[in-house]
Amino acid sequence: MKTLTLPISNEAILDLHKGDPVALSGVMMLGRDTVHKWLYETFVRQTRQPQDDDLEVYEAIKPLLNGGAIYHCGPVVAGLDTKDYRFVAAGPTTSIREEPYQADVMRYFNVKAVIGKGGMGPKTLQGCQDAPGVYLHAIGGAASLIAQTVVKVLGVHKLSFGVPEAMWVIEVKDFPAVVTMDAHGQSQHAVIEQQSKAEFERLLAVPF
Amino acid sequence: MRDLTESLIELIRRTSTDLSPDVQQSLEQARDREERGSAAQSALITILDNVELSRKNSTPICQDTGTPIFYVRYPEGWSTRRLREQIRSAIAAATKKSYLRPNAVDSLTDKNSGNNLGDDAFPTIHFEEVEGDELTVELMLKGGGCENVGAQYSLPNSQLGAGRDLSGVRKVVLDAVQRAQGQGCAPGILGVSIGGDRGSSYYASKEVLFRPLADENANPDLAKLEQRLTDESNQLGIGPMGFGGKTTVLATKITGRHRLPASFFVSVSYMCWAHRHRKLTVRGEEVSYE
Ligand code: SF4
Repeated sequence: MKTLTLPISNEAILDLHKGDPVALSGVMMLGRDTVHKWLYETFVRQTRQPQDDDLEVYEAIKPLLNGGAIYHCGPVVAGLDTKDYRFVAAGPTTSIREEPYQADVMRYFNVKAVIGKGGMGPKTLQGCQDAPGVYLHAIGGAASLIAQTVVKVLGVHKLSFGVPEAMWVIEVKDFPAVVTMDAHGQSQHAVIEQQSKAEFERLLAVPF
Repeated sequence: MRDLTESLIELIRRTSTDLSPDVQQSLEQARDREERGSAAQSALITILDNVELSRKNSTPICQDTGTPIFYVRYPEGWSTRRLREQIRSAIAAATKKSYLRPNAVDSLTDKNSGNNLGDDAFPTIHFEEVEGDELTVELMLKGGGCENVGAQYSLPNSQLGAGRDLSGVRKVVLDAVQRAQGQGCAPGILGVSIGGDRGSSYYASKEVLFRPLADENANPDLAKLEQRLTDESNQLGIGPMGFGGKTTVLATKITGRHRLPASFFVSVSYMCWAHRHRKLTVRGEEVSYE
C-alpha cells in the first residue's frame, strides 16, 4: 500500500503504477457531470460566459485543484438544514461520462488524481501522461466505508447544482483506491477490455 | 384506511442499509473463489466490510440510492390513491433521514427536487389488486451506474449472428455483459426479458430481479440458460469492479413475455452487486419485513 498526500508532486505520481493500492489523505474536491461540463465550457473552452458566482468559485477551487484530486462522487450528506454537513455515504460514480472533459480539465487545472469507478478512455489516459496524473479506482458501492475516511466537510460550492452534483470540499484520511491508469500510459481497463473481448469472440463461436 | 407511512419508511431504511442475505451470501462465495490477495478479492472484501458497516450504522450501502421501484399488491378495499400519497411522503421522509439521496432531477431544467419526489414515475409505483387479505409492498432501489449499462436488442442481430431463439438470446446477453465491463459495479445480477414491446420488455427485465438469487427457473430450458450465462459471463474475466477476476456475474434471471410476430426484443437490466430489495407484508394488525 502506498500513501499519497495532497497536493501530490510529479515525483510521487511518476512513482505510481497500474495495480498499486493507495491510501490518499488531504483536501480534495468532488465533481461529477454538471461540474465537468461547467468547468469545461466556462473556463477551459470559454464557450459560455461566467455567471452568478462563477468567477468567485473559480478562484476558490483553482488552488485546490492545482496538484489536487477530483473525486467523481455524488454523496449522501446529513446536516443540510443546519449546514453542519456530514458525509453519510460517498462511493464513486461512473467516470466514463467525464471522458469528453477530463483530460482538458486535468491539464488546465493541473489535477494530479482523478478518482472514480469503471475507468476512463484513451483521452484521459493521454491526460494522465500529460499532467502527469493518475486515475484512482475506488470501490463502487462501498459508500458507508468510504464516508468514514472523510474526516471533515470543509465546505461546498454550487449547492444549486443539487446535493449529488455540487462541489463538496472534503478532508480525507487514508481514502482507499487502486491505481488503474498511470502516467506511463498503462491502463488496467484497456487490458481487461481487450482480454474479455477476445474471450467473448471465442464464446460467440461456441455452438449452442 | 390504515396509514402505512411509518412502516414504509422502515421498508426504505432496510432496503437502503441492510443488504438481503441471499446477495450477501453470494458475495461471500465470490470472495472465497477469487485468488488470494488479488485486486478482485480485495474489492469483494471491501464490499462485504461496507455491507456490515451500513447495516450496523443504518447508513446507505451505496450513495446512489437509485430509482425507488415499488410493487404494491393489495387486497380489495385499499385506496391506491392514498397508498401512493403514503409512499411518496415516506420517500421524502426517508430522504430527510439520509436513508436516500435526493435523486429526482428535472430533465429539462436540471433542478434536483431535493426530496426525491419527481413526476408520477418517480418514485415508480406499480399497483396490483390481489385475492386474500394480505398487502405486500416490494421495493427495489435501482442505481444509475448499472442502469446505464442495461441494453435492449432487436433480434435478429446480424452483427452478432443472433437469431430469434435462445441461442440468439445467449449471444446478445453476453454482448451486454462484455460491453458493460466493470461500469455497472460488477459483479452484477442479470435480469433478462425475452419478448414484449420495448417498454414491457424492460419492465419485465427488472421485475424478474425480485426473484431470490438462489432459486431455479421453473422452465428447464431457461434454468439451463441462466446457469450457462452466469458461467460464461464469468469466463469473460472482467471481475469485480472490472479489475479482472473470476466473478463478473452473480446470477442470471430470465423471463418471457408474449410478443408481436414482427418483434423479438431481448432486454437486459444489469443490477449492480448492491442489489437492494426488500419486502413488507401487512396481515391484519401485523407488519413484517423480509
Ligand atoms: S452501480 Fe450500484 S453499487 Fe455502483 S454506484 Fe451505482 S448504485 Fe452504487
